Amino acid sequence: MVGTRKGAFVLTSDGKREQWEINGPHFAGWEIYHVKGSPVDPNRIYASQTSAWFGQIIQRSDDGGKTWIQPGTPPGEPATTPDGMPKGDSNKFAYDTSPETGKPLTTHQWYDGTQHPWEFKRVWHLEPSLTDANSVYAGVEDAALFRSNDAGETWQELSGLRGHGTGPKWQPGAGGMCLHSILLDPKNPQRIFIAISAAGAFRTDNGGQTWRPINQGLHSEFMPDPNAEIGHCVHHIAMHPSRPNTLFMQKHWDIMRSDDAGDSWREVSGNLPSDFGFPIDIHAHEPETIYVVPIKSDSLHYPPDGKLRVYRSRSGGNEWEELTKGLPQQDCYVNVLRDAMAVDSLDSCGIYFGTTGGQVYGSADAGNNWSAIVRDLPAVLSVEVQTLP
Amino acid sequence: MIRVVLPHHLRTLARVGDEVQLEVRSPVTRQTILDALEAKYPMLRGTIRDHVTQKRRPLVRFFVCAEDVSHEPADAALPEAVATGVEPFFIMGAIAGG
Repeated sequence: MVGTRKGAFVLTSDGKREQWEINGPHFAGWEIYHVKGSPVDPNRIYASQTSAWFGQIIQRSDDGGKTWIQPGTPPGEPATTPDGMPKGDSNKFAYDTSPETGKPLTTHQWYDGTQHPWEFKRVWHLEPSLTDANSVYAGVEDAALFRSNDAGETWQELSGLRGHGTGPKWQPGAGGMCLHSILLDPKNPQRIFIAISAAGAFRTDNGGQTWRPINQGLHSEFMPDPNAEIGHCVHHIAMHPSRPNTLFMQKHWDIMRSDDAGDSWREVSGNLPSDFGFPIDIHAHEPETIYVVPIKSDSLHYPPDGKLRVYRSRSGGNEWEELTKGLPQQDCYVNVLRDAMAVDSLDSCGIYFGTTGGQVYGSADAGNNWSAIVRDLPAVLSVEVQTLP
Repeated sequence: MIRVVLPHHLRTLARVGDEVQLEVRSPVTRQTILDALEAKYPMLRGTIRDHVTQKRRPLVRFFVCAEDVSHEPADAALPEAVATGVEPFFIMGAIAGG
Protein backbone atom coordinates (compact mmCIF):
# COMPACT_ATOMS: atom_id res chain seq x y z
CA MET A 1 0.00 0.00 0.00
CA VAL A 2 1.62 3.18 -1.22
CA GLY A 3 0.72 6.69 -0.11
CA THR A 4 1.78 9.48 -2.47
CA ARG A 5 1.44 13.21 -2.91
CA LYS A 6 -1.49 12.65 -5.28
CA GLY A 7 -3.31 9.56 -4.10
CA ALA A 8 -2.93 6.00 -2.84
CA PHE A 9 -1.93 2.96 -4.86
CA VAL A 10 -2.22 -0.72 -4.07
CA LEU A 11 0.47 -2.99 -5.53
CA THR A 12 -0.43 -6.68 -5.43
CA SER A 13 1.54 -9.82 -6.17
CA ASP A 14 1.66 -13.49 -5.29
CA GLY A 15 4.34 -15.07 -3.14
CA LYS A 16 6.90 -15.02 -5.95
CA ARG A 17 6.73 -11.23 -6.07
CA GLU A 18 7.69 -11.14 -9.75
CA GLN A 19 4.50 -9.90 -11.41
CA TRP A 20 2.67 -6.95 -9.87
CA GLU A 21 -0.75 -5.45 -10.41
CA ILE A 22 -0.98 -1.69 -9.86
CA ASN A 23 -4.32 -0.40 -8.62
CA GLY A 24 -5.12 3.28 -8.14
CA PRO A 25 -5.07 6.14 -7.68
CA HIS A 26 -7.41 6.03 -4.73
CA PHE A 27 -8.39 9.46 -3.34
CA ALA A 28 -6.84 11.00 -6.44
CA GLY A 29 -5.28 14.38 -6.03
CA TRP A 30 -5.05 14.22 -2.23
CA GLU A 31 -1.90 13.70 -0.21
CA ILE A 32 -2.01 10.24 1.32
CA TYR A 33 0.41 10.32 4.20
CA HIS A 34 -0.15 6.76 5.37
CA VAL A 35 -2.21 3.63 4.69
CA LYS A 36 -2.01 0.72 7.09
CA GLY A 37 -3.98 -2.46 7.72
CA SER A 38 -4.98 -3.98 11.03
CA PRO A 39 -2.88 -6.96 12.11
CA VAL A 40 -6.04 -8.38 13.69
CA ASP A 41 -8.24 -8.11 10.60
CA PRO A 42 -6.39 -7.53 7.31
CA ASN A 43 -9.62 -6.38 5.66
CA ARG A 44 -9.65 -3.38 7.99
CA ILE A 45 -7.43 -0.67 6.53
CA TYR A 46 -7.04 2.93 7.65
CA ALA A 47 -5.82 5.79 5.47
CA SER A 48 -4.81 9.37 6.19
CA GLN A 49 -5.97 11.65 3.37
CA THR A 50 -4.95 15.28 3.70
CA SER A 51 -4.80 18.57 1.90
CA ALA A 52 -3.48 22.03 2.66
CA TRP A 53 -6.74 23.36 1.25
CA PHE A 54 -9.35 21.07 2.76
CA GLY A 55 -7.75 19.58 5.85
CA GLN A 56 -7.70 16.08 7.25
CA ILE A 57 -9.84 13.13 6.15
CA ILE A 58 -9.74 9.65 7.65
CA GLN A 59 -10.73 6.84 5.32
CA ARG A 60 -11.48 3.27 6.36
CA SER A 61 -11.96 0.10 4.37
CA ASP A 62 -13.63 -3.00 5.79
CA ASP A 63 -13.11 -5.14 2.70
CA GLY A 64 -9.39 -5.04 2.11
CA GLY A 65 -9.42 -1.82 0.13
CA LYS A 66 -12.18 -2.58 -2.37
CA THR A 67 -14.40 0.16 -0.96
CA TRP A 68 -13.78 3.02 1.43
CA ILE A 69 -15.88 5.02 3.84
CA GLN A 70 -15.35 7.94 6.13
CA PRO A 71 -16.33 6.56 9.51
CA GLY A 72 -18.80 8.85 11.20
CA THR A 73 -22.25 10.20 10.52
CA PRO A 74 -23.70 8.86 7.24
CA PRO A 75 -24.90 11.44 4.70
CA GLY A 76 -28.36 12.76 5.35
CA GLU A 77 -28.43 11.82 9.03
CA PRO A 78 -28.51 14.53 11.69
CA ALA A 79 -25.10 15.54 12.91
CA THR A 80 -26.29 15.43 16.51
CA THR A 81 -28.17 12.96 18.68
CA PRO A 82 -31.72 13.84 19.84
CA ASP A 83 -30.27 15.30 23.03
CA GLY A 84 -27.95 17.52 21.07
CA MET A 85 -24.68 15.62 21.46
CA PRO A 86 -22.48 15.46 18.36
CA LYS A 87 -22.39 12.12 16.60
CA GLY A 88 -19.24 10.56 15.21
CA ASP A 89 -17.08 13.08 13.47
CA SER A 90 -14.38 11.01 11.88
CA ASN A 91 -12.04 13.77 10.82
CA LYS A 92 -12.07 15.77 14.01
CA PHE A 93 -8.74 15.92 15.81
CA ALA A 94 -9.24 18.38 18.64
CA TYR A 95 -6.49 18.74 21.21
CA ASP A 96 -7.77 17.81 24.66
CA THR A 97 -7.84 21.00 26.69
CA SER A 98 -10.57 19.97 29.10
CA PRO A 99 -9.79 20.69 32.75
CA GLU A 100 -10.56 17.12 33.78
CA THR A 101 -8.49 15.10 31.34
CA GLY A 102 -6.59 17.45 29.11
CA LYS A 103 -3.64 19.76 29.12
CA PRO A 104 -3.71 23.45 28.23
CA LEU A 105 -2.56 24.20 24.71
CA THR A 106 0.84 25.70 25.28
CA THR A 107 3.24 26.91 22.63
CA HIS A 108 6.18 25.19 21.02
CA GLN A 109 9.40 26.53 19.62
CA TRP A 110 9.19 27.91 16.07
CA TYR A 111 11.99 27.75 13.50
CA ASP A 112 13.36 31.10 14.63
CA GLY A 113 13.36 30.16 18.32
CA THR A 114 10.24 32.13 19.21
CA GLN A 115 7.20 30.45 20.70
CA HIS A 116 4.36 29.45 18.37
CA PRO A 117 0.80 28.26 19.04
CA TRP A 118 -0.05 24.57 18.71
CA GLU A 119 -2.15 23.99 15.54
CA PHE A 120 -3.47 20.74 14.12
CA LYS A 121 -2.39 20.20 10.50
CA ARG A 122 -2.53 16.53 9.49
CA VAL A 123 -2.18 12.88 10.44
CA TRP A 124 1.25 11.55 9.52
CA HIS A 125 0.98 7.99 10.75
CA LEU A 126 -1.81 5.54 11.60
CA GLU A 127 -0.94 2.57 13.79
CA PRO A 128 -3.71 -0.01 14.19
CA SER A 129 -3.87 -1.84 17.51
CA LEU A 130 -2.24 -5.25 17.76
CA THR A 131 -5.31 -6.72 19.47
CA ASP A 132 -8.44 -4.80 18.40
CA ALA A 133 -9.31 -3.93 14.81
CA ASN A 134 -11.48 -1.03 16.01
CA SER A 135 -8.64 0.61 17.89
CA VAL A 136 -6.08 2.72 16.06
CA TYR A 137 -3.53 5.39 16.99
CA ALA A 138 -2.80 8.53 14.97
CA GLY A 139 0.41 10.55 15.12
CA VAL A 140 -0.30 14.12 14.09
CA GLU A 141 1.27 17.49 13.27
CA ASP A 142 1.52 19.62 15.43
CA ALA A 143 2.84 16.77 17.46
CA ALA A 144 0.36 14.80 19.52
CA LEU A 145 -0.94 11.27 19.77
CA PHE A 146 -4.62 10.44 19.26
CA ARG A 147 -6.52 7.17 19.63
CA SER A 148 -9.83 5.95 18.27
CA ASN A 149 -11.60 2.99 19.85
CA ASP A 150 -14.52 3.02 17.43
CA ALA A 151 -12.79 2.32 14.13
CA GLY A 152 -12.06 5.94 13.36
CA GLU A 153 -15.43 7.53 14.13
CA THR A 154 -14.11 9.65 17.00
CA TRP A 155 -10.62 10.50 18.17
CA GLN A 156 -9.31 11.37 21.61
CA GLU A 157 -5.91 12.83 22.37
CA LEU A 158 -3.58 11.05 24.79
CA SER A 159 -2.74 14.43 26.20
CA GLY A 160 -0.19 13.28 28.74
CA LEU A 161 2.38 13.31 25.96
CA ARG A 162 1.87 16.86 24.71
CA GLY A 163 1.46 18.20 28.18
CA HIS A 164 4.21 16.45 30.04
CA GLY A 165 6.25 19.60 30.43
CA THR A 166 8.80 19.84 27.65
CA GLY A 167 6.37 20.97 24.94
CA PRO A 168 7.73 24.53 24.75
CA LYS A 169 11.11 23.04 23.74
CA TRP A 170 9.72 20.95 20.88
CA GLN A 171 10.33 22.41 17.44
CA PRO A 172 9.36 21.57 13.85
CA GLY A 173 11.73 19.84 11.49
CA ALA A 174 11.73 20.75 7.81
CA GLY A 175 8.57 18.71 7.30
CA GLY A 176 6.75 20.20 10.25
CA MET A 177 6.45 19.27 13.92
CA CYS A 178 5.17 15.78 13.34
CA LEU A 179 4.66 12.69 15.45
CA HIS A 180 5.67 10.15 12.82
CA SER A 181 6.61 6.91 14.57
CA ILE A 182 4.35 4.80 16.80
CA LEU A 183 5.61 1.43 18.04
CA LEU A 184 3.28 -0.79 20.07
CA ASP A 185 5.01 -3.29 22.34
CA PRO A 186 3.57 -6.74 21.53
CA LYS A 187 4.68 -8.14 24.90
CA ASN A 188 3.51 -5.25 27.07
CA PRO A 189 0.21 -3.62 26.01
CA GLN A 190 0.86 -0.72 28.39
CA ARG A 191 4.06 0.27 26.60
CA ILE A 192 4.16 2.52 23.52
CA PHE A 193 7.12 4.26 21.90
CA ILE A 194 6.70 7.37 19.76
CA ALA A 195 9.05 9.79 18.02
CA ILE A 196 8.68 13.45 17.08
CA SER A 197 10.65 15.72 14.75
CA ALA A 198 12.18 17.62 16.40
CA ALA A 199 11.66 16.70 20.00
CA GLY A 200 12.94 13.14 20.27
CA ALA A 201 11.61 9.75 21.34
CA PHE A 202 9.21 9.15 24.20
CA ARG A 203 7.84 6.10 26.01
CA THR A 204 4.78 5.37 28.09
CA ASP A 205 4.52 2.39 30.41
CA ASN A 206 0.93 2.98 31.44
CA GLY A 207 -1.02 2.93 28.21
CA GLY A 208 -0.42 6.56 27.32
CA GLN A 209 -1.34 8.36 30.53
CA THR A 210 2.18 9.56 31.27
CA TRP A 211 5.30 9.73 29.12
CA ARG A 212 8.99 10.29 29.53
CA PRO A 213 11.68 11.28 27.04
CA ILE A 214 14.06 8.46 26.09
CA ASN A 215 16.89 10.33 24.43
CA GLN A 216 19.92 9.60 26.58
CA GLY A 217 22.89 9.00 24.32
CA LEU A 218 21.59 11.03 21.39
CA HIS A 219 23.92 13.78 20.20
CA SER A 220 22.77 16.53 17.83
CA GLU A 221 25.26 19.19 16.80
CA PHE A 222 22.59 21.63 15.66
CA MET A 223 21.34 22.04 19.25
CA PRO A 224 22.82 24.55 21.70
CA ASP A 225 23.34 21.62 24.08
CA PRO A 226 23.98 18.66 21.76
CA ASN A 227 23.15 16.17 24.53
CA ALA A 228 19.97 17.84 25.77
CA GLU A 229 17.05 15.69 26.80
CA ILE A 230 14.71 17.33 24.25
CA GLY A 231 15.12 18.72 20.74
CA HIS A 232 16.62 15.81 18.76
CA CYS A 233 15.34 15.37 15.23
CA VAL A 234 14.49 11.68 15.26
CA HIS A 235 13.55 10.64 11.73
CA HIS A 236 12.25 7.13 12.40
CA ILE A 237 12.41 4.30 14.92
CA ALA A 238 11.90 0.58 14.38
CA MET A 239 11.37 -2.48 16.56
CA HIS A 240 11.31 -6.20 15.82
CA PRO A 241 8.23 -7.75 17.47
CA SER A 242 10.27 -10.58 18.98
CA ARG A 243 12.58 -8.15 20.84
CA PRO A 244 10.61 -5.08 21.87
CA ASN A 245 13.35 -3.79 24.16
CA THR A 246 15.69 -3.34 21.20
CA LEU A 247 15.03 -0.23 19.15
CA PHE A 248 16.79 1.13 16.09
CA MET A 249 16.72 4.80 15.16
CA GLN A 250 17.53 6.83 12.08
CA LYS A 251 18.21 10.28 13.46
CA HIS A 252 18.77 13.51 11.51
CA TRP A 253 22.33 12.29 11.52
CA ASP A 254 23.40 8.98 13.12
CA ILE A 255 22.02 5.47 13.26
CA MET A 256 21.32 4.62 16.90
CA ARG A 257 20.51 1.47 18.84
CA SER A 258 19.00 0.86 22.25
CA ASP A 259 18.78 -2.48 24.05
CA ASP A 260 16.99 -1.19 27.12
CA ALA A 261 13.72 0.10 25.65
CA GLY A 262 15.18 3.50 24.92
CA ASP A 263 16.70 4.20 28.33
CA SER A 264 20.06 4.60 26.62
CA TRP A 265 21.26 4.75 23.02
CA ARG A 266 24.58 4.10 21.30
CA GLU A 267 25.62 4.96 17.77
CA VAL A 268 25.92 2.10 15.24
CA SER A 269 26.51 4.12 12.06
CA GLY A 270 29.80 2.29 11.48
CA ASN A 271 31.03 2.27 7.89
CA LEU A 272 28.01 3.91 6.22
CA PRO A 273 28.91 6.46 3.51
CA SER A 274 26.51 8.87 5.23
CA ASP A 275 24.52 8.36 8.39
CA PHE A 276 21.89 10.91 7.39
CA GLY A 277 18.64 9.46 6.10
CA PHE A 278 15.00 8.89 6.88
CA PRO A 279 13.73 5.28 6.95
CA ILE A 280 15.03 2.37 8.99
CA ASP A 281 13.50 -1.10 9.04
CA ILE A 282 14.18 -4.62 10.28
CA HIS A 283 14.14 -8.01 8.54
CA ALA A 284 10.96 -9.93 9.37
CA HIS A 285 12.79 -13.01 10.65
CA GLU A 286 16.23 -11.72 11.65
CA PRO A 287 16.01 -9.10 14.41
CA GLU A 288 19.69 -8.16 13.98
CA THR A 289 19.32 -7.46 10.25
CA ILE A 290 18.47 -3.83 9.63
CA TYR A 291 18.15 -1.60 6.57
CA VAL A 292 18.75 2.10 5.90
CA VAL A 293 19.01 4.31 2.81
CA PRO A 294 21.85 6.81 3.28
CA ILE A 295 21.22 10.33 2.05
CA LYS A 296 24.07 12.74 1.41
CA SER A 297 23.22 15.39 4.00
CA ASP A 298 20.53 17.52 5.59
CA SER A 299 21.18 20.17 2.95
CA LEU A 300 21.31 17.73 0.03
CA HIS A 301 18.41 15.34 0.26
CA TYR A 302 19.63 12.84 -2.32
CA PRO A 303 21.84 9.74 -2.31
CA PRO A 304 25.63 10.17 -2.17
CA ASP A 305 27.31 10.12 -5.61
CA GLY A 306 23.96 9.84 -7.40
CA LYS A 307 23.81 6.13 -6.47
CA LEU A 308 20.69 4.74 -4.84
CA ARG A 309 21.96 2.23 -2.30
CA VAL A 310 20.24 0.38 0.48
CA TYR A 311 22.59 -0.58 3.28
CA ARG A 312 22.08 -3.73 5.31
CA SER A 313 23.65 -4.68 8.59
CA ARG A 314 23.35 -8.29 9.71
CA SER A 315 24.96 -7.52 13.04
CA GLY A 316 22.52 -4.96 14.42
CA GLY A 317 24.60 -2.05 13.17
CA ASN A 318 28.22 -0.92 12.80
CA GLU A 319 29.06 -3.28 9.92
CA TRP A 320 27.09 -2.39 6.81
CA GLU A 321 27.03 -3.80 3.27
CA GLU A 322 25.74 -1.91 0.28
CA LEU A 323 22.92 -3.42 -1.75
CA THR A 324 22.83 -2.08 -5.28
CA LYS A 325 21.82 -4.85 -7.66
CA GLY A 326 18.87 -3.53 -9.66
CA LEU A 327 19.01 0.00 -8.21
CA PRO A 328 20.16 3.00 -10.27
CA GLN A 329 23.87 3.63 -9.77
CA GLN A 330 24.22 6.89 -11.62
CA ASP A 331 22.34 10.17 -11.92
CA CYS A 332 19.88 9.28 -9.18
CA TYR A 333 18.79 12.18 -6.99
CA VAL A 334 15.63 11.01 -5.28
CA ASN A 335 14.94 10.81 -1.57
CA VAL A 336 13.31 8.03 0.46
CA LEU A 337 11.03 9.39 3.18
CA ARG A 338 10.72 8.08 6.73
CA ASP A 339 7.60 5.93 6.34
CA ALA A 340 8.43 4.77 2.82
CA MET A 341 10.12 1.46 3.65
CA ALA A 342 8.45 -1.79 4.73
CA VAL A 343 9.06 -5.52 4.88
CA ASP A 344 6.82 -8.51 4.21
CA SER A 345 6.74 -11.66 6.34
CA LEU A 346 7.17 -14.33 3.67
CA ASP A 347 9.87 -16.96 4.29
CA SER A 348 12.27 -15.10 2.05
CA CYS A 349 11.75 -11.66 3.51
CA GLY A 350 10.71 -9.01 1.00
CA ILE A 351 11.90 -5.39 1.37
CA TYR A 352 10.16 -2.46 -0.31
CA PHE A 353 10.73 1.26 -0.51
CA GLY A 354 9.33 4.21 -2.42
CA THR A 355 11.08 7.35 -3.60
CA THR A 356 10.23 10.98 -4.08
CA GLY A 357 10.69 10.29 -7.80
CA GLY A 358 7.70 7.96 -7.78
CA GLN A 359 9.51 4.64 -8.02
CA VAL A 360 8.65 1.73 -5.75
CA TYR A 361 11.45 -0.83 -5.54
CA GLY A 362 11.10 -4.33 -4.18
CA SER A 363 13.42 -7.15 -3.27
CA ALA A 364 12.12 -10.67 -2.70
CA ASP A 365 15.42 -11.90 -1.26
CA ALA A 366 16.10 -9.63 1.71
CA GLY A 367 17.77 -6.95 -0.36
CA ASN A 368 20.21 -8.90 -2.53
CA ASN A 369 18.35 -8.15 -5.78
CA TRP A 370 16.02 -5.25 -6.50
CA SER A 371 13.61 -4.33 -9.25
CA ALA A 372 11.22 -1.45 -9.83
CA ILE A 373 7.63 -2.54 -9.23
CA VAL A 374 6.42 0.78 -10.64
CA ARG A 375 8.41 3.78 -11.82
CA ASP A 376 6.20 6.79 -12.37
CA LEU A 377 3.92 7.35 -9.41
CA PRO A 378 3.68 10.73 -7.70
CA ALA A 379 6.24 11.30 -4.95
CA VAL A 380 5.95 8.44 -2.47
CA LEU A 381 5.20 9.36 1.14
CA SER A 382 4.67 5.92 2.66
CA VAL A 383 4.86 2.22 1.93
CA GLU A 384 3.22 -0.51 4.00
CA VAL A 385 2.92 -4.23 3.34
CA GLN A 386 0.19 -6.73 4.07
CA THR A 387 1.23 -10.36 3.78
CA LEU A 388 -2.00 -12.24 3.15
CA PRO A 389 -2.46 -16.03 3.39
CA MET B 1 -33.49 25.99 -2.94
CA ILE B 2 -29.99 27.28 -2.49
CA ARG B 3 -27.44 26.23 -5.09
CA VAL B 4 -23.87 25.54 -3.98
CA VAL B 5 -20.93 24.87 -6.29
CA LEU B 6 -18.14 22.86 -4.70
CA PRO B 7 -14.48 22.55 -5.74
CA HIS B 8 -13.43 19.33 -7.43
CA HIS B 9 -11.95 17.59 -4.39
CA LEU B 10 -14.98 18.25 -2.23
CA ARG B 11 -17.30 16.95 -4.96
CA THR B 12 -15.44 13.65 -5.00
CA LEU B 13 -15.42 13.53 -1.22
CA ALA B 14 -19.18 14.12 -1.02
CA ARG B 15 -19.80 12.02 -4.15
CA VAL B 16 -21.87 14.72 -5.83
CA GLY B 17 -21.86 16.51 -9.15
CA ASP B 18 -20.95 20.08 -10.02
CA GLU B 19 -23.68 21.62 -7.94
CA VAL B 20 -25.72 20.66 -4.88
CA GLN B 21 -29.05 22.05 -3.81
CA LEU B 22 -29.92 22.73 -0.18
CA GLU B 23 -32.86 23.76 1.93
CA VAL B 24 -31.49 26.59 4.03
CA ARG B 25 -33.26 28.27 6.90
CA SER B 26 -33.66 32.01 6.77
CA PRO B 27 -31.75 34.26 6.87
CA VAL B 28 -29.54 32.91 4.13
CA THR B 29 -25.98 33.60 5.18
CA ARG B 30 -22.66 31.87 4.71
CA GLN B 31 -23.11 30.26 8.09
CA THR B 32 -26.59 28.90 7.45
CA ILE B 33 -25.52 27.59 4.04
CA LEU B 34 -22.49 25.82 5.49
CA ASP B 35 -24.57 24.46 8.39
CA ALA B 36 -27.03 22.97 5.90
CA LEU B 37 -24.25 21.70 3.64
CA GLU B 38 -22.45 19.92 6.47
CA ALA B 39 -25.68 18.45 7.83
CA LYS B 40 -26.48 16.92 4.44
CA TYR B 41 -22.87 15.96 3.68
CA PRO B 42 -21.16 15.35 7.03
CA MET B 43 -17.98 14.21 5.31
CA LEU B 44 -17.42 17.88 4.45
CA ARG B 45 -17.21 18.93 8.07
CA GLY B 46 -13.77 20.35 8.72
CA THR B 47 -12.93 20.72 5.03
CA ILE B 48 -14.31 24.24 4.55
CA ARG B 49 -14.14 25.63 8.07
CA ASP B 50 -12.22 24.43 11.09
CA HIS B 51 -13.87 21.72 13.19
CA VAL B 52 -13.36 23.57 16.43
CA THR B 53 -13.18 27.30 15.69
CA GLN B 54 -15.56 27.25 12.70
CA LYS B 55 -13.21 29.69 10.97
CA ARG B 56 -12.81 29.51 7.19
CA ARG B 57 -9.84 27.35 6.26
CA PRO B 58 -7.09 29.66 4.98
CA LEU B 59 -7.04 28.34 1.40
CA VAL B 60 -10.82 28.28 0.91
CA ARG B 61 -12.70 31.22 -0.61
CA PHE B 62 -16.36 32.09 -1.14
CA PHE B 63 -17.86 33.92 -4.12
CA VAL B 64 -21.40 35.13 -4.85
CA CYS B 65 -22.57 37.14 -7.86
CA ALA B 66 -18.93 37.50 -9.01
CA GLU B 67 -17.94 39.05 -5.68
CA ASP B 68 -15.44 37.62 -3.18
CA VAL B 69 -17.25 37.40 0.17
CA SER B 70 -14.57 35.35 1.91
CA HIS B 71 -13.83 38.12 4.38
CA GLU B 72 -17.41 39.18 5.05
CA PRO B 73 -18.92 38.18 8.42
CA ALA B 74 -20.29 34.64 8.39
CA ASP B 75 -23.70 35.87 9.51
CA ALA B 76 -24.00 38.62 6.88
CA ALA B 77 -27.10 38.25 4.69
CA LEU B 78 -26.28 37.10 1.16
CA PRO B 79 -27.83 38.71 -1.96
CA GLU B 80 -31.41 37.89 -2.87
CA ALA B 81 -30.20 36.20 -6.04
CA VAL B 82 -28.45 33.56 -3.91
CA ALA B 83 -31.35 33.25 -1.47
CA THR B 84 -33.74 32.58 -4.35
CA GLY B 85 -31.45 30.17 -6.19
CA VAL B 86 -30.90 32.39 -9.21
CA GLU B 87 -27.18 32.55 -8.48
CA PRO B 88 -25.10 29.82 -6.82
CA PHE B 89 -22.88 30.14 -3.77
CA PHE B 90 -19.37 29.25 -4.90
CA ILE B 91 -16.87 27.50 -2.61
CA MET B 92 -13.41 27.49 -4.16
CA GLY B 93 -9.91 26.38 -3.32
CA ALA B 94 -7.41 29.19 -3.55
CA ILE B 95 -5.18 29.12 -6.60
CA ALA B 96 -2.04 28.19 -4.75
CA GLY B 97 -0.27 25.56 -6.79
CA GLY B 98 -0.27 21.89 -5.93
